[in-house]
Amino acid sequence: MTDMIAKDGVEAETVEAVKSLSGEYKYGFSTDIEMEYAPLGLNEDIVRLISEKNEEPEWMLEWRLAAFERWKQMEEPDWAMVDYPKIDFQEIYYYARPASMAEEKPKSLDDVDPKLLETYAKLGIPLKEQALLAGVEAPEGERKVAVDAVFDSVSVGTTFQEELKKAGVIFMSISEALKEHPELVKKYIGTVVPQSDNFYATLNSAVFSDGSFVYIPEGVKCPMELSTYFRINAENTGQFERTLIIAEKGSYVSYLEGCTAPQRDVAQLHAAVVELVIQEDAEIKYSTVQNWYPGDAEGKGGIYNFVTKRADCRGDRAKVMWTQVETGSAVTWKYPSCILRGDDSQGEFYSIAIANNMQQADTGTKMIHLGKNTKSRIVSKGISAGKAQNTYRGLVSMHPKAAHARNYTQCDSLLIGDKCGAHTVPYIEVKNNTARVEHEATTSKVDDDQLFYCRQRGMDEEEAVALVVNGFCKEVLQALPMEFAMEAQALVAISLEGSVG
Amino acid sequence: MLKIKNLQVGLEEENKQILKGVNLEIGEGEVIAIMGPNGSGKSTTSYVLAGKDGYEVTDGSATLNGEELLDMDPEERAAAGLFLAFQYPVEIPGVGNMTFLRTAVNAQRKARGEDELSAGEFLKIVRAKAKSLEIDADMLKRPVNVGFSGGEKKRNEILQMAMLEPKMCVLDETDSGLDVDAMKLVAKGVNALRDGKRSFLVITHYQRLLDHIKPDFVHIMADGRIVKSGGPELALEVENNGYADILAEVA
Repeated sequence: MTDMIAKDGVEAETVEAVKSLSGEYKYGFSTDIEMEYAPLGLNEDIVRLISEKNEEPEWMLEWRLAAFERWKQMEEPDWAMVDYPKIDFQEIYYYARPASMAEEKPKSLDDVDPKLLETYAKLGIPLKEQALLAGVEAPEGERKVAVDAVFDSVSVGTTFQEELKKAGVIFMSISEALKEHPELVKKYIGTVVPQSDNFYATLNSAVFSDGSFVYIPEGVKCPMELSTYFRINAENTGQFERTLIIAEKGSYVSYLEGCTAPQRDVAQLHAAVVELVIQEDAEIKYSTVQNWYPGDAEGKGGIYNFVTKRADCRGDRAKVMWTQVETGSAVTWKYPSCILRGDDSQGEFYSIAIANNMQQADTGTKMIHLGKNTKSRIVSKGISAGKAQNTYRGLVSMHPKAAHARNYTQCDSLLIGDKCGAHTVPYIEVKNNTARVEHEATTSKVDDDQLFYCRQRGMDEEEAVALVVNGFCKEVLQALPMEFAMEAQALVAISLEGSVG
Repeated sequence: MLKIKNLQVGLEEENKQILKGVNLEIGEGEVIAIMGPNGSGKSTTSYVLAGKDGYEVTDGSATLNGEELLDMDPEERAAAGLFLAFQYPVEIPGVGNMTFLRTAVNAQRKARGEDELSAGEFLKIVRAKAKSLEIDADMLKRPVNVGFSGGEKKRNEILQMAMLEPKMCVLDETDSGLDVDAMKLVAKGVNALRDGKRSFLVITHYQRLLDHIKPDFVHIMADGRIVKSGGPELALEVENNGYADILAEVA
């Protein structure tokens, strides 16, 4: 068995570099905290170590090991329109956690290292419920958001546990769920995204360290928004989180996910898996604001965001809605998908993908229509600026039994400047003649006349670009929960800074 | 207020001179009209004043209250008090008219070091001003100029002008594409903004707008120069005899 090696958090140099750059990527700071790492690289012992650190049941370890065996025989996919140096999977730390959490997991948020809480406060995450601290209820009408925060490999705390418990909702880190509700995890994990699904999902299956688990019992409308906040802090560390959400018959939940990482000049890997199980008449709304560090203007550093997200509408009339605002990451490879198995089930995908400077995004969705009268809607807004390349890649598949299934796809690309690219790669498979598929695509440029009009009215150039782009994205921004929509709008403006002039 | 001296302007892309030494002075509270045939340089004058790309100023100056406009970015000119009502107002899909107005008003306030207006204050002001221009709540919500009729677009320009309270308003063929009723409404909006201090430069082909917005002086522009100046009666002369006579007379 391998021992954990303690390593100093961050070199002073990095901190200085980050400070000097602040103002561009707002979340680029790193937290100087003592971390514990698993030894560098990946082998069976590392998989065992992660499982042991999480005190997992034996079946989970077996499952991980099976995934690892598979992964060793798999090849990295190269069909996406992204270009990055080959990843050396032996040069990555697969597990890192704040040293303060090594001995015993904190019992409550009060036991959490104040530095961690500071980090989240700086990011604007209300980890400690203000109301709880003050001993008073939140003001009437103010919406509550329960937050699970994941720092590098481990979850540091989930808020509003008690209130959720009353409603019967389970919301905790997946490592806790493996201890407290192993039967639920065992029943559903890997049933939407199989272990062998793809290279990164299989890697994740072997080495995922933490993530969120949500269970909404039959007939329950989750009383608040649930949210997970992911933060990569440690250097040369991969983040592999796994999220599993189960919505039983007739239940409803809205789930938000946010991500940031410090500014570092070496690229970091993030390979997550998200599985959603939606039973009869249930609905899940899943919103993401992804703002991982995108690398600098020359393309140095940044996060490789290789994510597999899939929803399985198992019951009739099940509904899922993916909304994503992808502004960060150096390379994005991500296709949140919907399996529309139940009759009359519905899948929606709303996406804003912004690529500036040297960023590359290859993102889209898959709508797999299996059931009768299934409906799907895709609205994708891709924005390219600088020297970035932005690809929409989407599959709409109408199976033989999906009688009267319908899809509507709208794919709009906006170009800022003349050195970037936008690409649309739709795949459509129709195997029954009652299905209807519509696809609309447009490509436009931010118009000089629009910018001049805005500037004549007093806005500076960046404000003008942000306004025009936010207008372009409006349909998607409207699909986001309100708090997120405001944040996303601001994020659009920030990510396009320096894109004109 | 506005002083244009020997303004000479060419197109950046091609070697073509459009303004060949324009001289013009507009005093505080004055309304000046520029008339002239197509291609005489009227719209170019307005674009160059506002700072549109694509033009090259080869000589001359344009100052607003002593400040050189030609050295400023378009948004600085706006904050200094210059407003251009566009001949062809631009559509901005997805951006609500109200959002656009508020962003513009607050951007200018910020540039001048004033506090931004709160949503509540702003709403109150905009509603009052919209009402007199017969702009309803629906038009305030719709995306900027998208699907607006010609008349709605021009009224919207005047609403922006009313909200931004500029010192110097340039109206570029605001009457084009308007029927008589719409023109009257627009003229009413403009007249409501005449307060003895605010100045107006009204660019038009036709006399009829000047029936409703009474100018103090009228200048005739041809081939990149002001060729004749006079009182309001000059506009009538154009209306009756066309430009040909005047141009022949000058030549």
